[in-house]
Amino acid sequence: MIGADFLNALLFSSGYNATVVALGCAAFGLSAGAIGCFVLLRGRALISDAAAHATLPGVAGAFILAASFGWNARALGLLLAGAGLTAALAVGVVTLLGRGGRIRDDAAMALVLSIGYGIGVVLFSIVQSLPVGGQAGLQGFILGQAAGMSAADATLIAALALFSLLMLALLFKPLTALCFDAEFAAATGLPVKLLDALLMALMLAVAVSGLRAVGLILVVGLMVIPAVTARLLTDRLVTMVPIAAAAGAVSAWVGTAISAASPKLPTGATIALTACALFILALLLAPRRGAIAFAYRQARLSLVIARDHALRAMVEATERGAAPRDWPGLAAEAGWSRLQRLVLPSWFLSAGWVASGPVLALLPRGRALAEDVTRRHRLWEHYMQSAGGLPPQEAHRAADQVEHALPPDVVRDAEAWLRSHDPARLPPGAALPPPGETPSRGADR
Amino acid sequence: MTEFLQLDLAALLAATLACLVCGLIGNLLLLTRQSLMGDAISHSVLPGIVMGFWLTGTRAAVPLVLGALIAAVVSALLIGLVRRLARLEPGAAMGVVFSGMFALGLVLIEVSGAHAVDLDVDCVLYGQLEALIWPAATGLASLIDPVALAEFPSEVGTLAAALVLLLVVLAGFWKELRLAAFDPDFAQAIGFSPRVLSALVLVLVAVACVASFWAVGSVLVIAALVAPAAIARLLTNDYGTQFAISAVVAVTMGAGGYGVAAALPSLLGLGHGLNAAGMMAVVAGVLLVLAVVFGRYGRRGGRRRAAAGAPLVEPVAG
Repeated sequence: MIGADFLNALLFSSGYNATVVALGCAAFGLSAGAIGCFVLLRGRALISDAAAHATLPGVAGAFILAASFGWNARALGLLLAGAGLTAALAVGVVTLLGRGGRIRDDAAMALVLSIGYGIGVVLFSIVQSLPVGGQAGLQGFILGQAAGMSAADATLIAALALFSLLMLALLFKPLTALCFDAEFAAATGLPVKLLDALLMALMLAVAVSGLRAVGLILVVGLMVIPAVTARLLTDRLVTMVPIAAAAGAVSAWVGTAISAASPKLPTGATIALTACALFILALLLAPRRGAIAFAYRQARLSLVIARDHALRAMVEATERGAAPRDWPGLAAEAGWSRLQRLVLPSWFLSAGWVASGPVLALLPRGRALAEDVTRRHRLWEHYMQSAGGLPPQEAHRAADQVEHALPPDVVRDAEAWLRSHDPARLPPGAALPPPGETPSRGADR
Repeated sequence: MTEFLQLDLAALLAATLACLVCGLIGNLLLLTRQSLMGDAISHSVLPGIVMGFWLTGTRAAVPLVLGALIAAVVSALLIGLVRRLARLEPGAAMGVVFSGMFALGLVLIEVSGAHAVDLDVDCVLYGQLEALIWPAATGLASLIDPVALAEFPSEVGTLAAALVLLLVVLAGFWKELRLAAFDPDFAQAIGFSPRVLSALVLVLVAVACVASFWAVGSVLVIAALVAPAAIARLLTNDYGTQFAISAVVAVTMGAGGYGVAAALPSLLGLGHGLNAAGMMAVVAGVLLVLAVVFGRYGRRGGRRRAAAGAPLVEPVAG
């Protein structure tokens, strides 16, 4: 039953009104996602939260005003105007409070958020006692309520959201400059203060347009979650904005459909949770920044480090003329973990680095790699001793830390530095002797 | 008198204690520069509270505190993860995590059917002070009557226990907290690491959010957490005085807010009571404005000292 309702709502086949409502909410999600990117990059995510909470006194105040003058207290336009007014006031107060220097920005935001909301709650309890109808709808502004929204309301929301989106498109270039480097933007003659104010105004317009759909408590969710989702997937703003807008629109649309199918669920929470689901997918699966890609890179790096330790140990054993090792001996010398003891031998064999047998002998391929690895490590040890003035033991440790992280051109730079500053450390030929206890230049200084 | 005991005493005590507990913890949040964390945790503990309530079906403090602690720790870990993977400033990572957790809590309330018993969305949004009544009271004698006292709303007892816990922690770590707040590097050097302190504050905030949940809900608790400490900050530079002023402000806010909400409707002839938890935030707002305008370190105070040649921002005294 709920499944069928959900599909109907999702596919716009539950009637004209429901379709317009779903589209209106999706339009809000679209512009919230897009503007959220700029709000996020400009570090204003939590100001949008404070502003959204501070819409409550505006909504309740507008209702009281309308009721006492005998206007239609349920007119969405009027309530949203009140909301926008107090939200803008809240942004101003946050700025003023932060300016004194005693109250930090984060405390100022928390103060404005909670006190603004508290004023709203008190006004709300006055609203309950007014002798007019329509109070029940007001809770929809706190938690979001798609059920009972009229097509006219949804159209108003969509118009406000799409107008903000249009403004954003017009201001795309200067806002991009503002978000990436405000000082540079100012130096090129952009009116930074004006742009900041415009960004805040757009944020307020979108936040207010979302009140009816997502509710004031979770507006910040739709401002931030799609933007962060997009940020996980791309570094470029030109792609980030459309991805965030799409994520926001899909979340709002699907969330509205879910709550249309089971009206008990607060619409705002279902929308925010849908956005979270998309975010979690991105967090796990994003190609570069995802948790899985990250874990894979970490695991691979730790295997490479363990491999390099073993190869170096084999080279050094040959240099000392020590007897060749078997697997347990090599593993102990290279400090392999239990897991690495399971995995690495088959890697060594399948890559053709060692021949299988009771004792381990490097094959030509393995020898070449092992000598390369050893040379790189010793180069860094020399460099750390000479340029960094580290004592041998610390140089060894520091070399271990950088040799796997720094790219080849940095290695070449280090070698060039040594060649010009401390040539005694680089004898002719490809191989490098271990630095041993050679007194370092740094220690002489 | 009996009417006061039955209808108002428990709620008044709960309001005052909730503000006092949260207000004192707020000093730690402010001094360790984590006001946002209070914001984030107060929202994030909701699913934990709902799960604890769902699984046990009671308002008993222990399962709710456990649930809230789990939720708070999960949120803190998630915030760290999101910050690292998405390379975000802390505010944005918190915005993602706390709005997601709060949404989860709201949905859990409906899914679990907890609303049918006596945890509902209204309590989350506005607090439920009016539900804290003591019908067993028959007169002043009830205050020493164990039978009647057994019926006293247990939420007040939870708040009192939270206050005792907080005072013990404050007394036990008084010097260390001061060091960690004013000289984190030195505190770390002598083995009191900021991480331990952050974890301790996190636990205390989670406990306070649960204890004051029935009184002020999940949103207005932020006012109780942040306002008293911020107001005190505008009035003093001294560590001990900061705690004392914030305690006075918290009690004024809790008791005053409840009193105004109870008295104002009849004075103004309103037919309906005002929301007491909201009124507490309003009182805090009024006090904040007064502190900004007249406080020693507020706007006027700042101008006065600037005129006298003193620096506008004084170094924080230890």
